Amino acid sequence: MRFGVVIFPGSNCEQDVIRATKYLGYDSEYIWHGDTDLSGFDAIVLPGGFSYGDYIRTGAVARFSPVMSEVVRFAEKGGPVLGICNGFQILTEAHLLPGALLRNRGLKFICKSTSLRVESDACQWLDAPVGSVLSIPINHNEGNYYCDTETLARLDANGQVVLRYCEPDGSRASDGSAPNGSLDDIAGICNERGNVFGLMPHPERVVEPITGGTDGQAFFTSVVAKLAEIAG
Amino acid sequence: MARYEIYVTYKAGIFDPPGATAERALVNLGYEGVHEVKIGKFIRIEADADLATVSEMCEKLLANPVIEDYRIETVEEG
Repeated sequence: MRFGVVIFPGSNCEQDVIRATKYLGYDSEYIWHGDTDLSGFDAIVLPGGFSYGDYIRTGAVARFSPVMSEVVRFAEKGGPVLGICNGFQILTEAHLLPGALLRNRGLKFICKSTSLRVESDACQWLDAPVGSVLSIPINHNEGNYYCDTETLARLDANGQVVLRYCEPDGSRASDGSAPNGSLDDIAGICNERGNVFGLMPHPERVVEPITGGTDGQAFFTSVVAKLAEIAG
Repeated sequence: MARYEIYVTYKAGIFDPPGATAERALVNLGYEGVHEVKIGKFIRIEADADLATVSEMCEKLLANPVIEDYRIETVEEG
C-alpha cells in the first residue's frame, strides 16, 4: 500500500500527510507536480497549502500542473484521490468534484478545531458510522463551499455529502454551524463513485495523539481497507 | 496586437464577502443610500489573439464559470 503525496509550488502540508501515513504504517512518497508517472501508487493525496500563491483563484493554476492530467486519469480509472484544503480547491477547479470554494463569510482566515458529522458511507475515504461526530481542525481563508441548487440536490440524493460542520453534540445550529459560511454546512464531498474525496478540514493533523486527537486516522485506514477489499 | 479589458464578477445570487463588507462600511460611514456593493476583478490583456480565443482564456483560467460571469471589452482591434 503506497500513498503518493503531490507537491505543488506553494504546498505546505505535504510533510504532515507523509508523516501521518507513515505513522499508521503505510508507505508514502512525494510526487513532484511536474511528474507524469503515477505508477506504483495506490492512492493519491493533494495536500493543503497555497499552490501558486492562490493567484487568480485558489487551485486555478495548480489544476493545469502536468501531474493533474494523470491524477484525472487515475481518478477516472477508480483510483482513490483525496484533496485536503487547497487539495479540495484544486479538485473542484479540475472538475473532479462539483462546486467551488469561496472566500470565508466574514473575510477571516480561520484556524481552529471543528466538529464534523459523518453524513454518508458512500465514500471510500471514510468508513465511520453515519451520525458520528469527529473533531478535526480547519485552517483556511477560502473554505466557503458553494454549488447551485440542482447540484446540492444531486449531492444529497447520492450521499455525496460526506461531512457537515456541526455543534459538538452533533446537532446543527439553526443559523448554520459552518464557521466559514459553507452552503448547508458542507465540509467535505465525494464524487458519485466515492473514490474522489475533498474536504476543508485537515485529518492528517489529528493522526498522532500528541497533536490533540486521532479522529483523522479513519480516513487513511478506511481507504487502505477499501483497497484491500477490492483486491480481494 | 489587440487589447482587451475583462471584468470578472460573481454570478447573481452568490454571496460576495468583500462586497458585503464594503457595503456595510460605506453605510457605517454615513452613505445611507448605498444598497449593494459587488467587488470583482479587472484584467487587461494585450495579445495576438481574437475575441474567441480570449473567451476561451476566460472559460479555462481567468474566470470560474461555476461561480463567475465575465465580460470582455475589445479596447483596440488587432
